[in-house]
Amino acid sequence: MANSGGGAVCNGNLHNHRKQSDGSQSGNYTENGTVKEAQQNGKPHIYKPFVEFFEEAPLHVMVFTYLGYGIGTLFGYLRDFMRNWGIEKCNAAVEREEQKDFVPLYQNFENFYTRNLYMRIRDNWNRPVCSAPGSLFDMLERVSDDYNWTFRYTGRIIKDVINMGSYNFLGMAARYDESMRTVKEVLEAYGVGVASTRHEMGTLDKHAELEDLVAKFLNVEAAMVFGMGFATNSMNIPALVGKGCLILSDELNHASLVLGARLSGATIRIFKHNNMQSLEKLLRDAVIYGQPRTRRAWKKILILVEGIYSMEGSIVRLPQIVALKKKYKAYLYIDEAHSIGSVGPTGRGVVEFFGMDPRDVDVYMGTFTKSFGSSGGYIAGRKDLVDYLRIHSHSAAYAVSMSPPIAEQIIRSMKLIMGLDGTTQGLQRVQQLAKNTRYFRQRLNEMGFIIYGNEESPVIPLLLYMPGKVAAFARHLLKRKIGVVVVGFPATPLAEARARFCISAAHTREQLDTVLEALDEMGDLLYLKYSRHRKSARPELYDETSFELED
Amino acid sequence: MKTEEAIIYSYGFATIASAIPAYSKRGDIVFADRAACFAIQKGLQASRSDIKLFKHNDMADLERLLKEQEIEDQKNPRKARVTRRFIVAEGLYVNTGAICPLPELVKLKYKYKARIFLEESLSFGVLGEHGRGVTEHFGINIDDIDLISANMENSLASIGGFCCGRSFVIDHQRLSGQGYCFSASLPPLLAAAAIEALNIMEENPGLFAVLKEKCKRIHKALQGISGLKVVGESFSPALHLQLEESTGSREKDIKLLQEIVNQCMSRSIALTQARYLEKEEKCLPPPSIRVVVTVEQTEEELERAAATIKEVAQAVLL
Repeated sequence: MANSGGGAVCNGNLHNHRKQSDGSQSGNYTENGTVKEAQQNGKPHIYKPFVEFFEEAPLHVMVFTYLGYGIGTLFGYLRDFMRNWGIEKCNAAVEREEQKDFVPLYQNFENFYTRNLYMRIRDNWNRPVCSAPGSLFDMLERVSDDYNWTFRYTGRIIKDVINMGSYNFLGMAARYDESMRTVKEVLEAYGVGVASTRHEMGTLDKHAELEDLVAKFLNVEAAMVFGMGFATNSMNIPALVGKGCLILSDELNHASLVLGARLSGATIRIFKHNNMQSLEKLLRDAVIYGQPRTRRAWKKILILVEGIYSMEGSIVRLPQIVALKKKYKAYLYIDEAHSIGSVGPTGRGVVEFFGMDPRDVDVYMGTFTKSFGSSGGYIAGRKDLVDYLRIHSHSAAYAVSMSPPIAEQIIRSMKLIMGLDGTTQGLQRVQQLAKNTRYFRQRLNEMGFIIYGNEESPVIPLLLYMPGKVAAFARHLLKRKIGVVVVGFPATPLAEARARFCISAAHTREQLDTVLEALDEMGDLLYLKYSRHRKSARPELYDETSFELED
Repeated sequence: MKTEEAIIYSYGFATIASAIPAYSKRGDIVFADRAACFAIQKGLQASRSDIKLFKHNDMADLERLLKEQEIEDQKNPRKARVTRRFIVAEGLYVNTGAICPLPELVKLKYKYKARIFLEESLSFGVLGEHGRGVTEHFGINIDDIDLISANMENSLASIGGFCCGRSFVIDHQRLSGQGYCFSASLPPLLAAAAIEALNIMEENPGLFAVLKEKCKRIHKALQGISGLKVVGESFSPALHLQLEESTGSREKDIKLLQEIVNQCMSRSIALTQARYLEKEEKCLPPPSIRVVVTVEQTEEELERAAATIKEVAQAVLL
């Protein structure tokens, strides 16, 4: 069977796969004792290489990066000084005359970075897009006459820019075509807004249909959908844990998870990114010492991780975490915002990627924005969990429910991926994504760039380090009609600015090749090829078939 | 809204819950109303500032708190120079249907040097000659209010929310509003629906007078029901019907109201109880039925609805 995107042979839980006959039947755990023991050891019973790189930059790069920031800061102070004394005109918005004696709204230092460093390269962000974000898209051209303080649209459109930045993993975000007719019909029947919360009058039959479909997709008992992915995290974690509980969250968790954890009022402890020793140490301390002052046992211990981390491209070490969770009796909450639909042989997420039992994870959370071309989030798991959330979730009581055409778009794309519409298009897209990912990563590694993350993850951060290069990279690539996302401080650590590529199943080989050539030139122009692990591009010098047998 | 700049969020709840923490941090002081909606409460909780609640719509109480704060400031002028002060209020309160006394709030603002954040989810598209909200209703200069936040889910029948105000204030949220930076943006479908709704609002300013008429009518029609009292302003499109004398326990109240709602439903009038999460609210409002009016309902329908509610209420409560 073709092993795309995972390498692990699928276990028989999914009804559209043949059951493998070599004993790996996770549907009946109790029957096969060896399978259970292998899981408890922390290793997956079929060994699959888990390759992740986080290469460190050479020293001179770090020195120059900090030097660059230092010079930028010095100039910033100089210009602030000139602006204060009126030598230079101040273009930024200022406080009202009547309110000048109020306490200032922003501390001077908070805005220092924004005013002096971000303003210079601000044209690389917030670029307006005027078409569907498929593999090619159109952008409105904008120029600035006064060094990025204000922008003006020239009225021209830059057409057919190759899109390497949108979260469009399976190519679902595309222009209208005939298959989207159902969405149009739902729009005409139900309208756009719902204008009520789930508890009051906002539960539609579309929501029930969608929730059943999500539960079937993930192989769990039940699911519940919400209108926004960020809000799903920040409003449901407080409903699940409260004071007296412990949350162990990864260093690089998303802002929504951090906000949800803070709003819940539980104690939060952070473990190093994807580091199982750090997590185990925290778990042992928690179980042995209990709550800080009273030494009582914690009411609940919840481990918060993500499927794929969006800034690093790394995949969570799920088998080890599940083994730890079972040993120390904690709960696991996994945020599959980027990994649902994009990893796993049939796109079911990290649980399928590692070939594990869906019942091992307690709370599944994910969003529909990335792989399904829509918006919104879901929480899935056992039926009693979802029933509890239906009553106690903050979002169900106070926030409006999902809009019907949005729900219909998710239903349509999920049916496509699962193959329920009768074609194999969904599976083909998942496999195409895996092929594209592997190809792109391999070529980038050969060229000598520093790439972070797991070999199989479709999110590829390419390290740029220096702030000047960040701007140059984005602008040059736009001139060649390639749109990329560059990220700097504060979303990443200060010295590790990066460009983040998101591969899509809609990218063709030619488009990827165009991008790779452009990147090659950029790398030479801007000296970006820092990697010291360059794989040799020379052909192998021996030919296996010419070995002579000793006889 | 005739402001300099606006910023769009993809979810109404997240709008005010991200806007407040973007400006108010640990050590700042926020004066909020007791009956503020849940989204505001979550925003305040996320901001980690000192929160002082004043009695619902009671300007004297707010003034008392502001005076106390001033006395504190004089003891420690250095600290006072850096703590920011905010007043958070709603235009039309969702939980009680009352309107906030905006002119007095503005006077207090200049007297005690606090900034006002106004949440206009219910009043945007309802109050004022052109539907611009409570500032137009009272005729106050919109620049006096630092930030107006509203969600597009009530009047504009779309999903999402926006914050508008001066560029100086709003631009900060583009880098520091959590629901803006760390979240996906609004789907174009919903944005287009909102644009269309705004166009309709601009073209027919007569809609707002019609809506006011209907609200007043319903308010009058529901006045005489024995056992239920109407809570809310006469021009508020969302009113609450509370029990005049509560039976003593919240569950029994809720059951009674649910009876009324069920019977109305069987006579094809759809009503709902106002739902709260009992354990999470800071100041829990009493159980009530929420009655909402729209422009599309005709006068006969309104009359019929009022009559049905009266009958059912009498049947259930007596």
